[in-house]
Amino acid sequence: MLPVRDPDRARVWRAALSVALATAAYGVSFGALATASGLSVAQACVLSLVLFSGGSQFAIVGVIAAGGVGAGGAAIAGAALLGVRNLFYSVRMSPIIGPGSWRRIAAAHLTIDESTAVGTAQPTPSLQRLGFWVTGLGVFLGWNATTLVGALLGDLLGDVRGFGLDAAASAAFLGLLWPRLRQRQALAVACASAVIAVVAVPWLPVGVPVLITVVVAVLVGATNWLGRERAT
Amino acid sequence: MTLWTIVLAASVACLGLKLLGYAIPPRLFEPPPIRRSTELLPAALLAGLIVTQTFSSGQQLEADARLAGLGVAAVLYAVRAPFLVAVVSAAAVTALLRLVQP
Repeated sequence: MLPVRDPDRARVWRAALSVALATAAYGVSFGALATASGLSVAQACVLSLVLFSGGSQFAIVGVIAAGGVGAGGAAIAGAALLGVRNLFYSVRMSPIIGPGSWRRIAAAHLTIDESTAVGTAQPTPSLQRLGFWVTGLGVFLGWNATTLVGALLGDLLGDVRGFGLDAAASAAFLGLLWPRLRQRQALAVACASAVIAVVAVPWLPVGVPVLITVVVAVLVGATNWLGRERAT
Repeated sequence: MTLWTIVLAASVACLGLKLLGYAIPPRLFEPPPIRRSTELLPAALLAGLIVTQTFSSGQQLEADARLAGLGVAAVLYAVRAPFLVAVVSAAAVTALLRLVQP
């Protein structure tokens, strides 16, 4: 089906394209919510083209929907806070991507949950790069196409929450996490992070509970707790 | 502040954060403790994302139809179902539950 002979590369292509497809479906709900919150079709599309990070984009339209343009400062701060996650992903991807200014700038734009997760789940640097680029480009094309569709159809779709797309996003992230859980160290980090994030939800601003899980990765990584094997 | 100011400022901020990570020289991440930590970042952040997306609405904790969807996905991943099958099933189960119990 795919124009790739090497079975490993074909497997990475399949993983990347299925993630891109699932994420694209979620883009419809972003486009529809954005226009329902008062953004124009062009504004919804600029967010998907330039900002290109689902969590931050949903945060902006959520805050605007509740507080209007007057809540602009909170909308920008919320988006930036959720975007800090991508800074950590950039740090993770940086040595894998390799040299070349333009390549690194393009990689930066495509550095999101999905591309980093599929990329870093692969066993070799060459397959890691393949996974990152195919997922990043695939999600970028799909997400922008469906953002436009969602923004144009808007009202016709009704309450997009009814489609269960929010649960689909959680399920997709679980699928990205799943292969890592075979390693004891990653499993311990994921479990501790999940508990800490949930406990923090009522106490910290939206977006921060996810960010504090970085502390778990740093502590376990620095002490190499449970680590006889190499982490990915 | 106009809507365009908000859209553009947020876009510049988020793109800048992504670029910042690549601007740090990669050799700074070579010492093993730092390398191990950065390699564990995706697992930590993904786990945090999954639970906050499933259990929270704003700053409120709640267990609703999303949890059932995630549970179905977990079972499907455990029996090695394809990624898309698990994602679509999670959405379908959540949508169905919302339909019968809005």
